[in-house]
Amino acid sequence: MLIVCWSPVMVEVWNGPGDKKTVEGPSRMPAPIRLRELIRTIRTARTQAEEREMIQKECAAIRSSFREEDNTYRCRNVAKLLYMHMLGYPAHFGQLECLKLIASQKFTDKRIGYLGAMLLLDERQDVHLLMTNCIKNDLNHSTQYVQGLALCTLGCMGSSEMCRDLAGEVEKLLKTSNSYLRKKAALCAVHVIRKVPELMEMFLPATKNLLSEKNHGVLHTSVVLLTEMCERSPDMLAHFRKLVPQLVRILKNLIMSGYSPEHDVSGISDPFLQVRILRLLRILGKGDDDSSEAMNDILAQVATNTETSKNVGNAILYETVLTIMDIKSESGLRVLAINILGRFLLNNDKNIRYVALTSLLKTVQTDHNAVQRHRSTIVDCLKDLDVSIKRRAMELSFALVNGNNIRGMMKELLYFLDSCDPEFKADCASGVFLAAEKYAPSKRWHIDTIMRVLTTAGSYVRDDSVPNLIQLITNSVEMHAYTVQRLYKALLDDISQQPLVQVASWCIGEYGDLLVSGQCEEEEPIQDEVLDVLEGLLVSNLSTPVTRGYALTAIMKLSTRFTSVNRIKKVVSIYGSSIDVELQQRAVEYNALFKKYDHMSGDEWLRVTIDQLLSSVRILSCSYDPNSSVVSLNFHLTRRPLSVCQTFQLQLLSPSSNVVPTLNQGTVTQVIRVLNPQKQQLRMRIKLTYTHKGSAVQDLAEVNNFPPQSWQ
Amino acid sequence: WRRNHRNTSCVIMSNNMQFMLLFSRQGKLRLQKWYVPLSDKEKKKITRELVQTVLARKPKMCSFLEWRDLKIVYKRYASLYFCCAIEDQDNELITLEIIHRYVELLDKYFGSVCELDIIFNFEKAYFILDEFLLGGEAQETSKKNVLKAIEQADLLQEVRYVIKPPWEQ
Repeated sequence: MLIVCWSPVMVEVWNGPGDKKTVEGPSRMPAPIRLRELIRTIRTARTQAEEREMIQKECAAIRSSFREEDNTYRCRNVAKLLYMHMLGYPAHFGQLECLKLIASQKFTDKRIGYLGAMLLLDERQDVHLLMTNCIKNDLNHSTQYVQGLALCTLGCMGSSEMCRDLAGEVEKLLKTSNSYLRKKAALCAVHVIRKVPELMEMFLPATKNLLSEKNHGVLHTSVVLLTEMCERSPDMLAHFRKLVPQLVRILKNLIMSGYSPEHDVSGISDPFLQVRILRLLRILGKGDDDSSEAMNDILAQVATNTETSKNVGNAILYETVLTIMDIKSESGLRVLAINILGRFLLNNDKNIRYVALTSLLKTVQTDHNAVQRHRSTIVDCLKDLDVSIKRRAMELSFALVNGNNIRGMMKELLYFLDSCDPEFKADCASGVFLAAEKYAPSKRWHIDTIMRVLTTAGSYVRDDSVPNLIQLITNSVEMHAYTVQRLYKALLDDISQQPLVQVASWCIGEYGDLLVSGQCEEEEPIQDEVLDVLEGLLVSNLSTPVTRGYALTAIMKLSTRFTSVNRIKKVVSIYGSSIDVELQQRAVEYNALFKKYDHMSGDEWLRVTIDQLLSSVRILSCSYDPNSSVVSLNFHLTRRPLSVCQTFQLQLLSPSSNVVPTLNQGTVTQVIRVLNPQKQQLRMRIKLTYTHKGSAVQDLAEVNNFPPQSWQ
Repeated sequence: WRRNHRNTSCVIMSNNMQFMLLFSRQGKLRLQKWYVPLSDKEKKKITRELVQTVLARKPKMCSFLEWRDLKIVYKRYASLYFCCAIEDQDNELITLEIIHRYVELLDKYFGSVCELDIIFNFEKAYFILDEFLLGGEAQETSKKNVLKAIEQADLLQEVRYVIKPPWEQ
């Protein structure tokens, strides 16, 4: 401790802002309360209000002190401010004071000042100029701990402008022989590069002998710097590939060297450095045969020799596995890596199981067969208590489903769907649908699986599943009777799950004739029973407006399939005055259809028109030839809901061809003559029936963009 | 709220720790170190949400969770939660070791550290962290060296306050 004093007035001995010795300063006011005392006092507050009052009082005192430009206690006051800031109170009035502290010559001031800058300032504030100068001076200070503070602050919160201005200083320090500063400069350089990528080049010369350092701190931060540069620039990456042998050597030394107390963690030498080197090797080896070969042996060595009893060893193994999977490793090495992950899955430590599942998820596409070997362990993880593990196990399980294991896997996944948390149900349901679509061993299995999902997790099924399922059911022609029967039965049990109800309604509307005709295995319902169920959906509180729409449409469609048309007409006319606008519109239009085409109610054309309610074809372009009053349409297949319109008469001429060429090589055109005596706006709906890859497909289209001169 | 200096032209993105939070079981913040530029408002929002999320975790759950587009690594030591946010490519297991190393440093410095030490000497907790990590990466992997540096810096805080004699002013 050094005290030099020639005046008896001002002597100060202190070790920091919270020091116990009290000092009387030359100012008129009593000394500001010490930091630790303030903390003690604030903690005695029994309510939030009491705390706020204390804080406000102290802030007022601090503000006065700042106004008086009191150098002596600035440090103490800023420290207190930082404490209050951590409690959540505003401290912006202390920002400039931090800068004054940084500019002070006292180390304590600088320490608190830089801390304050890192806590209270960020690059959004306009303090760059002020800070830059201070930091520049301190980067050249005679005391390395001051230089360290400056490097740390710049590397933590330096703005692009500051980085630009100070990059040169950082580069200088990167070349120093002082390892304390060199290691900090390396990480500071990383930050500079992230903020101002164009400056990366200037650090290249300084990297020349970074890896020759013996000091682990410098080695570690150098590897981080090299990693950053390689990730940002393919040129740098190519340039640094030559470091692979050196990196391999360093890693080898770490593994082979005896016990080093300074860097030992549970018997492993400097695991942080090992992990960092492994990651850099991954980047250097990726896509490069020579580099990958050069690191093959060391990776195998690390993979087989690393102690696995503690987390630290597994951390290294984990990084090794990631590297092996990413580079061009031999197949033997890859299998070794997957097996490590397989062992991880059996580890008692759930953290290890978690990373294993994450890694397996990343490799399941490229090393599918190797991962398949661990399928049963993965499926077991579906029962894990941890929600993150469950999610990953679910994702991985879906990735592993194939034609061979579909039945067994689906059993497990459906069981999971039954019992899992709601947050999983939507994804799981979607996954089941996808897997079933790809690998269903039979149509009946497929329909049964869909039914199972709809009945157990029906309310979580995604909205887009409904049209997809309808499409699927449509295509399974031989299953129509079975499907509608099962769906009908499900409706009898439960009408609360909307997707199930919607799909069921649609099917009943479409295949109602099969439902009542005795084609089903069980006793068939009679028409009135079916209509009862559909009408029940219309009035139920559980039905959403969309569901009601489906129900009403189904009822309407049954008018061409059932004989109780009068009952249907009655229902439809009731809903002509429904509060629900959508329902009302539909009902009104259906009513109009009934009236207009009463004489044609058995006609195929009417059936087609009524069916035009669920999907559509998007018209790519349409052109109107005024000379011949012909509208030509080119169409494309998508989906969109429609409504009915009927103020025109159409004459369909023969299409140009029976076949639409593949791969957009051509189109089929069909001329439709439109009689529009009332000069109503032309809108058209069209239904297509065609075969695609041997199966029947139906699709509907709507055109709303006819050029005005075609109908005006 | 992705970091605004991402360079998207490369295959792998650089990764590191975005922030570290220390908080009590009652959700009181004891230390916050941010390695990404965010407004005070955003920091408060993140802190509030994350603290809530972590405190809701049950003991049987693993130390990792996905939150927004980050990975959160947390561990409880006595009454304090140590919580780090790392990016997608980062190694969760080694992050646990980073947290553990920091706890060891605090323990050595304060002598059997407890939450009260961190509360009453928060600035020292920061100083120690800033000697161990820089910009979210470990700058020193030797425990001894970190502690030595802190010790030397602490010594520097003693008075070297020279008042110049009037004939030199």
